[in-house]
Amino acid sequence: MAGIPDQRKDGTRAEGGLATDPDLPPPAVDQATLEAEDRKWTPAKIAMWVAIALLGGVAWFMLAIVRGETVNAIWFVFASVCTYLIGYRFYSKVIERYITKPDDHRATPAEYKADGKDYVRTDRNVLFGHHFAAIAGAGPLVGPVIAAQMGYLPGTIWIIVGVVLAGAVQDYLVMFFSMRRGGRSLGQMAREELGVIGGTAALIATLLIMVIIVAILALVVVNALGESPWGVFSVGMTIPIALFMGVYLRYLRPGKVMEVSIIGFVLLMAAIIGGGAVAGTEWGAAFFHLDKVTIAWGLIIYGFIAAILPVWLLLAPRDYLSTFMKIGVIVMLALAIVVVRPEITVPAFSEFAGRENGPVFSGALFPFLFVTIACGALSGFHALISSGTTPKLIEKERQARYIGYGGMLMESFVAIMALVAAISIDRGLYFAMNAPAALTGGTAETAAAWVNSLGLSGVNITPGLLSETAANVGEQSIVSRTGGAPTLAVGLAHIMHQFVGGTAMMGFWYHFAIMFEALFILTAVDAGTRVARFMLQDSIGNFVPKFKEASWRPGAWLCTAIMVAAWGAVLLMGVTDPLGGINTLFPLFGIANQLLAAIALAVVLAIVAKRGTFKYLWIVALPLAFAAVVTITASYQKIFSPVPAVGYFANNAAFSKALADGKTEFGTAKTVAAMEAVVRNTAIQGWLSVIFVVLSIIVIATAVLATAKAFRDRASGTATTDNEDPAVPSRVFAPAGLVPTAAERVLGAEWDKVPADARMERAGH
Amino acid sequence: MSTGITAVANGFRGFARYLGGVMGADAYAKYLEHHRASGQQEAPLSEREFWRDRTDRQDSNPQGRCC
Repeated sequence: MAGIPDQRKDGTRAEGGLATDPDLPPPAVDQATLEAEDRKWTPAKIAMWVAIALLGGVAWFMLAIVRGETVNAIWFVFASVCTYLIGYRFYSKVIERYITKPDDHRATPAEYKADGKDYVRTDRNVLFGHHFAAIAGAGPLVGPVIAAQMGYLPGTIWIIVGVVLAGAVQDYLVMFFSMRRGGRSLGQMAREELGVIGGTAALIATLLIMVIIVAILALVVVNALGESPWGVFSVGMTIPIALFMGVYLRYLRPGKVMEVSIIGFVLLMAAIIGGGAVAGTEWGAAFFHLDKVTIAWGLIIYGFIAAILPVWLLLAPRDYLSTFMKIGVIVMLALAIVVVRPEITVPAFSEFAGRENGPVFSGALFPFLFVTIACGALSGFHALISSGTTPKLIEKERQARYIGYGGMLMESFVAIMALVAAISIDRGLYFAMNAPAALTGGTAETAAAWVNSLGLSGVNITPGLLSETAANVGEQSIVSRTGGAPTLAVGLAHIMHQFVGGTAMMGFWYHFAIMFEALFILTAVDAGTRVARFMLQDSIGNFVPKFKEASWRPGAWLCTAIMVAAWGAVLLMGVTDPLGGINTLFPLFGIANQLLAAIALAVVLAIVAKRGTFKYLWIVALPLAFAAVVTITASYQKIFSPVPAVGYFANNAAFSKALADGKTEFGTAKTVAAMEAVVRNTAIQGWLSVIFVVLSIIVIATAVLATAKAFRDRASGTATTDNEDPAVPSRVFAPAGLVPTAAERVLGAEWDKVPADARMERAGH
Repeated sequence: MSTGITAVANGFRGFARYLGGVMGADAYAKYLEHHRASGQQEAPLSEREFWRDRTDRQDSNPQGRCC
């Protein structure tokens, strides 16, 4: 069997046949010392872990069992953090010991391919922040909010348990195996491990999934900015601010990233404050008051231009802004929840947990809750980030656990905080904001009447509360502001105004939250369009070689236009959908994201099997099976369910029949044109579901076949091929985790004594 | 008193350096370090050239951002 030989206990220089430089200290703490450190349980260490386990247990008890009137937000923090710590300390170490088996005697791509540009050894704590900033976006802020329809408990359990057993496992394993392959992408690994059919299916699925994800993220922005002059102005201002930063960095002061980021951040805050003033004037309110269709078209045109402009002008500077904002958001969320500790009145399970016709998203708890919350629990998109950039920057193999697994735990924590912030608002307000206008009627009076007619326990909302909240956050109305972002923004404003500024500041906090979500999403839209365009160019290039040239303008522009048209069509469909776009489309977003996760886990399964690790294959098989069952069931219901609210084709048939019967209005569609739109939309959504699920089943099937073949080969003693880069001895050392262990400190001190030129004698290659 | 201020200033500088690292502000310094360590004969890129090259390479090698 190829792959890494097991590390031997004696920890000699020639470990695993890899001869490291005898003039240097060893590049790894030897295996025996590592194991001794792990197994040594001092009373203090035992007491600490017992305390963590107890605190976590009490917190879960408070959330899940105790049924008081309210539950304090701090229990969410304790339950999640204690579970993460236990998962990180124990479960991820099991994965490290039995599956990845990192060997710090091996150089990482950042060392053996070092070029000072793409492959650069990066301090583990810096890389942790960098990787986290790359994986965290609007997803974990939006999904949990929408899922709160079912009550807080199902979402909380899935976010916390899901990340420990599935999401973080996927991120860590994809990152590790990509690192062993010189930083290859998920698509390349799929081709290598699964063959042409599996690889091609994975590529097409990834491309389509990307289109859906970009479209629905864009829909979230459109819904947040529709009829909001303040939001349109301040988010619109990010474009000139980013352009200015781009020019500043290119021509005025190249390389002054921190300086320009601070300038940009100050301008951004000015844009938020200025937005309030502009929206307060008559001309401002008139000029920036745009309906959703106009904003959607604006976003489509923007998306095309942004994706063909050079990176330095728009994408790179906005990336800096967005990273800056990410840190601000996390600090703000943590302050909001840990310091203010709001009381939560939402029930653990709501009235909608047992039904499939919820107003926020349709479908039963299983499987739709598990696709609604994708980012934060299990996100396939991360596999695209974890393979690629980060593996080219890791300094030592054993750090992948901290960065990959740990980074995802951090994102999960953001999702929990977003959930708490969103459920701290009044439940009646939540439903008035998140139900489509077709149900609420769009005005404060009709929305209040509709919410009160739902018969939710403890909910009695007045039109006055709706208009007062809208006035407080500087909006004309907050009824049917679906998509999750406005609800989170109201939640944050609600908590933060108790902390800083009082009611007068609520408008600022609300638009601050809208701003960061829009910023994350615009960056994702722009970058997603670019990545998709390159994938398309590459695919067409197999038939027309000219398309492979990235610098060939007509090809690049044509492929960009195709990708923008694809997501733009889905976006417009969502915006104009009489049923309310988020309600029907958000499940498709989650399904797409988790089908990607299933594809990534399937590739990992084949790799782990080829390495001969069959006994612990369940560590990968478990999340893969769960993701496959959830997404295939969800797709099945979306395709075959006879309930029109759930099944795309059932809805299609119902509306087609109504049209054939000559009706001029049906359900929530009030005109013939709207009815025709429903027929068209449901057909497209239905066929997209069919294509996704078929492609994913092909990928999973080829992975299972590859796994079975690896098993047979092993039984018959045939050598399996291994696609790892050859092992190169390492000439550097760095600790694996946040805090160096005693042995790592000793070895680190030894390395500090080595003169710098002695370490780096392996000259340019 | 002054040691307290120094400690705060050091902590702040450390945080700023960390933030700079996360954003990639130290990329040129790391490039120079690599250039020196690998003993290449030709002169390194100037700061302006380096950043130009960096963003231009991103044009033909895009990286996704997550949702």
